[in-house]
Amino acid sequence: MGIEGIGARVARKEDKRFITGNGRYVDDMVVPGMKHAAFVRSPHAHAEIKKIDVSRAKAMPGVIDVLTGKELKADGIGNLICGWMIHSKDGTPMKMGAWSPLAFDRVRYVGDAVVIVVADTKGQARDAAEAVEVTYKEKKAVTEAVAALKKGAPQLHPEADSNLIYDWEIGDAKATDAAIASAAHVTTMKIVNNRLVPNAMEPRAALGHYDKGEDHYTCWTTSQNPHVARLVMSAFYNVAPENKLRVIAPDVGGGFGSKIFIYPEELVCLWASKKTGVPVKWVADRTESFLTDAHGRDHYSEVQMAFDKDNRITGFKVDTVANLGAYMSLFSSSVPTYLYATLLSGQYNIPAIHANVRAVYTNTAPVDAYRGAGRPEATYLVERTMETAARELGVSPAELRRKNFVTQFPHQTPVIMCYDAGDYAASLDAAMKEANYADFPARKAAAAKKGLLRGIGMSCYIEACGIAPSAAVGSLGAGVGLWESAEVRVNAVGTVEVLTGSHSHGQGHETTFAQLVSDRFGVPIDSVSIVHGDTDKVQMGMGTYGSRSGAVGMSAIVKALDKVEAKAKKIAAHLMEADEGDIVIENGALKVAGTDKTVPWFQMALAAYTAHNLPSGMEPGLKEGAFYDPSNFTFPAGCYICEVEIDPDTGVTKIIQFVAADDFGNVINPMIVEGQVHGGIAQGVGQALLEGAHYDASGQLLTASYMDYTMPRADDLPSFKVSTSNTPCPGNPLGIKGCGEAGAIGSPPAVINAITDALGIADLTMPATPQKVWAAAQAVKH
Amino acid sequence: MYSVNYHRASSVADAAKLSKKGDAKFLSGGMTLIPAMKTRLAAPSDLVDLTYIAELKGITVSGKTVTIGGATTHAEVAANAKLKSVCPAICHLAAHIGDPHVRHRGTIGGSIANNDPAADYPAALLALSATIVTNKREISADKYFTGLFETALKEGEIVTGVTFTAPAKAGYSKFPNPASRYAMTGVFVAKGKDGVRVAVTGAGEDGVFRSKPIEAALAKKFDAAALEGVSVPSAGLMSDLHASAEYRANLVVVMAKRAVAAANA
Amino acid sequence: MSDVSLTVNGRKVSASVEDRTLLVHFLRENLGLTGTHVGCDTSQCGACVVHVDGKAVKSCTMLAAQASGSTVVTIEGLADGADLHPVQAAFKENHGLQCGFCTPGMIMSATDMINRHPQGLDEATVRAELEGNICRCTGYHNIVKAILAASEEMSKAGKGKAKKAA
Repeated sequence: MGIEGIGARVARKEDKRFITGNGRYVDDMVVPGMKHAAFVRSPHAHAEIKKIDVSRAKAMPGVIDVLTGKELKADGIGNLICGWMIHSKDGTPMKMGAWSPLAFDRVRYVGDAVVIVVADTKGQARDAAEAVEVTYKEKKAVTEAVAALKKGAPQLHPEADSNLIYDWEIGDAKATDAAIASAAHVTTMKIVNNRLVPNAMEPRAALGHYDKGEDHYTCWTTSQNPHVARLVMSAFYNVAPENKLRVIAPDVGGGFGSKIFIYPEELVCLWASKKTGVPVKWVADRTESFLTDAHGRDHYSEVQMAFDKDNRITGFKVDTVANLGAYMSLFSSSVPTYLYATLLSGQYNIPAIHANVRAVYTNTAPVDAYRGAGRPEATYLVERTMETAARELGVSPAELRRKNFVTQFPHQTPVIMCYDAGDYAASLDAAMKEANYADFPARKAAAAKKGLLRGIGMSCYIEACGIAPSAAVGSLGAGVGLWESAEVRVNAVGTVEVLTGSHSHGQGHETTFAQLVSDRFGVPIDSVSIVHGDTDKVQMGMGTYGSRSGAVGMSAIVKALDKVEAKAKKIAAHLMEADEGDIVIENGALKVAGTDKTVPWFQMALAAYTAHNLPSGMEPGLKEGAFYDPSNFTFPAGCYICEVEIDPDTGVTKIIQFVAADDFGNVINPMIVEGQVHGGIAQGVGQALLEGAHYDASGQLLTASYMDYTMPRADDLPSFKVSTSNTPCPGNPLGIKGCGEAGAIGSPPAVINAITDALGIADLTMPATPQKVWAAAQAVKH
Repeated sequence: MYSVNYHRASSVADAAKLSKKGDAKFLSGGMTLIPAMKTRLAAPSDLVDLTYIAELKGITVSGKTVTIGGATTHAEVAANAKLKSVCPAICHLAAHIGDPHVRHRGTIGGSIANNDPAADYPAALLALSATIVTNKREISADKYFTGLFETALKEGEIVTGVTFTAPAKAGYSKFPNPASRYAMTGVFVAKGKDGVRVAVTGAGEDGVFRSKPIEAALAKKFDAAALEGVSVPSAGLMSDLHASAEYRANLVVVMAKRAVAAANA
Repeated sequence: MSDVSLTVNGRKVSASVEDRTLLVHFLRENLGLTGTHVGCDTSQCGACVVHVDGKAVKSCTMLAAQASGSTVVTIEGLADGADLHPVQAAFKENHGLQCGFCTPGMIMSATDMINRHPQGLDEATVRAELEGNICRCTGYHNIVKAILAASEEMSKAGKGKAKKAA
């Protein structure tokens, strides 16, 4: 590796603008003539809209226009859709209820958008929004998925009887039931995975601009995948054909999944811009974000894990009810199915698995992918159940896991996935060593003397990243292919521009992608620019989510670099009158191997563009593109250990240490990878200890601001001990597995395993708040 | 935020005069009022800014008598060396209100005029048997805090300062709400010439209150051990997502123990 | 309307604004200083922290009119020309930022924190002092590391200066 190449801990190129206040986020954009939007939202969880009177609002100072769903529908704007088809086990397609970007006849959750007000200032837009008179007839609401399935529950969509979207299964039910029937021991659990609000620090925002002269739309939006946004808004929502719609996702302040989806607001701002003739900007406030950003998780599961007399797992049966909220968000259907149940084998040899998943409508915000998306839910079931089984069987949690680890690769699980490489024992050993696991009993005894309860818990997670082989996901119902594109442009002076369909919203692509180029051509990373986030610049791309930008996005760049390198070598060989097979690239120059003949990189590039002396028949220029479609998923895995100390008097849980030993395959920039793990762990610890979206029975979100939703703060967390090992991924040219979600996937069960260990109890529902832990500690004492 | 008219008062008299406009409110640090206005939960027609009035600022310590001006910030109270030498507990309390940015702006007068049930200062002033001084009169803390966001202040009355006699011993311990970090239960204990006074904030349905069972136990012996086995009733305590009344009742005792330990340290 | 005049990043500015204008909106919309961000409605996230008369405050919880007459420093005014402030440099060196949205507030808070602790900082103090700044990306690990490094660096530089002066 060079000092800026693959494996180097290079400080980030993009930091300069962020640390000096020169980042450019959607809310920073100003277009001449721009006006401001506010949305009128439903205050009810479930109601019929009887009447919308906008006359008073229209007369308010500064108001340009006030627009409703009826007008939107009249203009042919389409309903929001879910782009992944899931079929129930009886073969019927999922039941997708209509989701109008502006509700006109019925509202189904608190925050459902009803009217857009456009005014000179944001304050005036809000003043006028309060003057819109919507007459509602309230209906009974249901917020919990299990309750929504019950007879007599309020019904949300006429398309979905009993609020059931699909009743889906995977695996072999008979074989799994047989394994349970003949087991030496069965561990049975009921497990809740709590609902979370993603809370990227930048609230969602959109700026729609319709250019009358060109009959062309531009949308600046807080998106993780602007090309998908353009595709969906064009093909399904009828805003404009793709060639008339430019989508720009500039600097985006975090996403964590919540900015993958196409929401009503960007669509409505674009439409309203044409309607009003002015550019329209909307920026969510934090409470709007709480109410309307797609939430994450929210599963209820019942599981049974069967063991033989040697403590080997023989079967795993899972029955899950997943709450998808009031409408089906863009990829919501895939999260509790193919992103979830396909990981239920964990790191273990399990001969028989069966999972049944019922997805359900409720009067709550739509639920979709949030960091980990399905994989945290699967890992939580597997690792909580393994821990409980170890306690029931009276064996060490580490040894029960070790005994059941997959050790031969490739390994075909009973639930689609074929694990390609890994060394699970290596991660377990590394984590136990770093945590000084062996000495835990002494630490527990010392804590007990101070009246504190110590506990230790582990979690051996596996996840699937690098989504995904397009044909494979197509066969499973995906509406899009999940390849990635790249274009590498070498300029006449040798500087390089890489256009990528990935999108960086904190992941540091501008640095890691440049490191790849530097590693290959020896040019300094400052001479490499990464271009992304604009459909006018990058032809097509699938965006960033599912830890895919390294494994898929960079693989596309590698393919394009291969082509550039081949042409560059041809040019250099021609210039030096050598055989192209003898050309090597070293230290920023093309050399004839074994000689002192050399052409500097920039000179070769200049030759490509002057075209005075190119090989006969060669086109001038040096620019190559590539599309990369992965051959398999990638399988990051690792072991996390959490040690906690509980104050039984107050119920406060302090994390004494948190150890993460991950196998991400090859790593481009270890500093950035560690940062991803830190952030993921914080979100996972947040889920386990602090965070939970809570609706009351009438469907009001009680946790709709930072006053009530507990965000992890600096003093809630320790510094983390992270390390990586490496079994390279055989499936992509860089041997990368992906690291963006692991922390959030692996950490919740480690925390809860530690807390239940400290308290000596079987289970505690996340988040383990002081109140809950105190109550549990009291119950144990008495 | 709705439209509002801003006035900067140059003196207490000026502020009192300005407050006669419309539905005016006094603005001190603004750490509670401005967020309430931003979310449109408060809509005064006029704001009278008190923070530029020199006579409302500063801390004087004369023997055991402490006076703190109404527009003195939490950061100033936290850092005042003279005050720390006679009553470190109130400096400790001020050092843990909100976060550093809030402490740079928020004031003692603003805090007690608003009387948020989760504010810290009311516990201190009630336990310290402080006197609240206004532009019109002096009010004892016992009579000043009258309920949730309710005080004895009348229209146009401005908290110009508070004064109290530093007790022999005092301590404050708070359990913050995990999300908002406001006091979910905060207990201030003081042992002074009037005996032991214990005030609890963040927990009571009617705002700050004195805990008689704890005062009685500590009057016998001013030691955390004296609270072993003491319990307080959960009736009258708040119950919400983060803490039931029973949990708060437990926290009252636990925080009281810690406050006493701090007072004796 | 209020006539406000302040010194922002060393420059005198005046404007007539609606009385309800928050300082953060004045900075962003009137002055185009969009480095200061708004991340919540309840004065908790700290993305809006600037220095007013040398102290870190939340510019979303102060009217522009209240700040009239004051000296304000925003993230744009922290660096000395092309030279990064030591806290900015430490955030970069230690990977103390990812998406960058909370970063301006974090850096302004960290600078204030270091100024208030000339004797130096430890991890527990840094974490406690960060109560008013929320980050969703970094898990705070590298932010804490960056602040400790900057504190160390600034105390060294401070001592260096003192020696020089002596």
